[in-house]
Amino acid sequence: MSLRSPLGRVLGKGSAKEGTGSWWAERVTSVALIPLTLWFFFSLLLLPSLDYGTVKTWLAVPWSSFLAVLSIAVLTYHSYLGTTVVIEDYVHATGLKVLSLLTLRFLYVLCGGAGIFAILHVAFGS
Amino acid sequence: MPVRPRPLSPHLAIYRWQIGNSLSILHRMTGVALAFGLLALSYWLVSLAGGEAAYGEAIRVLTSPLGWLFLLGWTFSFLYHLLNGIRHLLWDAGYGFERNQRQVSGWVAVIGAIVLTVGVALMVWHGANR
Repeated sequence: MSLRSPLGRVLGKGSAKEGTGSWWAERVTSVALIPLTLWFFFSLLLLPSLDYGTVKTWLAVPWSSFLAVLSIAVLTYHSYLGTTVVIEDYVHATGLKVLSLLTLRFLYVLCGGAGIFAILHVAFGS
Repeated sequence: MPVRPRPLSPHLAIYRWQIGNSLSILHRMTGVALAFGLLALSYWLVSLAGGEAAYGEAIRVLTSPLGWLFLLGWTFSFLYHLLNGIRHLLWDAGYGFERNQRQVSGWVAVIGAIVLTVGVALMVWHGANR
């Protein structure tokens, strides 16, 4: 027996079957971020100094730049998913909601893109 | 029988505050704080690619008194969000729902984050005065 109304069936409305997509992605990225962020955090903490030369030399090592790019990419996606839910929860006016979600998305691509580009710039030299 | 209007769902105004909902709110607040931290991290990386002068400027901003305060806040936010996030993942997997488990894991997350933040601050302090 279907619980869908005849009208609903005719209009083809119902579950889009992708409602759990962002929820699941938030969890998958959080699992990936446990080792990635710990690596990033403790690498910086254990550097002998944070002066220009030391940090640049460290980040230019292929392992460092590779893991740093992964970290920024996953962090950006995870943070985007999280703050999107915050806006969806608290901003109710449709126009403002769409505008803030769109702005948020652009800002994350900009921020993540700039971070990754900067790492690659350091890794491959100017 | 007189019908008393009943609240439909837990609302901030009538909700009895306890560790569970407080830590849930703190998880979201630290998440939003970390979003701004990510912005600062990107700025710092871009300054590194921009050359020695730009990097020096970024370090000057980040190690100003206000900068240190933000770095300390982001450190706590990161450590708390990490520990409480693991707690959430365990719940998602179906573990740790008993009343005492919830409370113990909650205190572990919040006290653990405070202790680790102090530890990191001491490490940085020690490193800066070496």
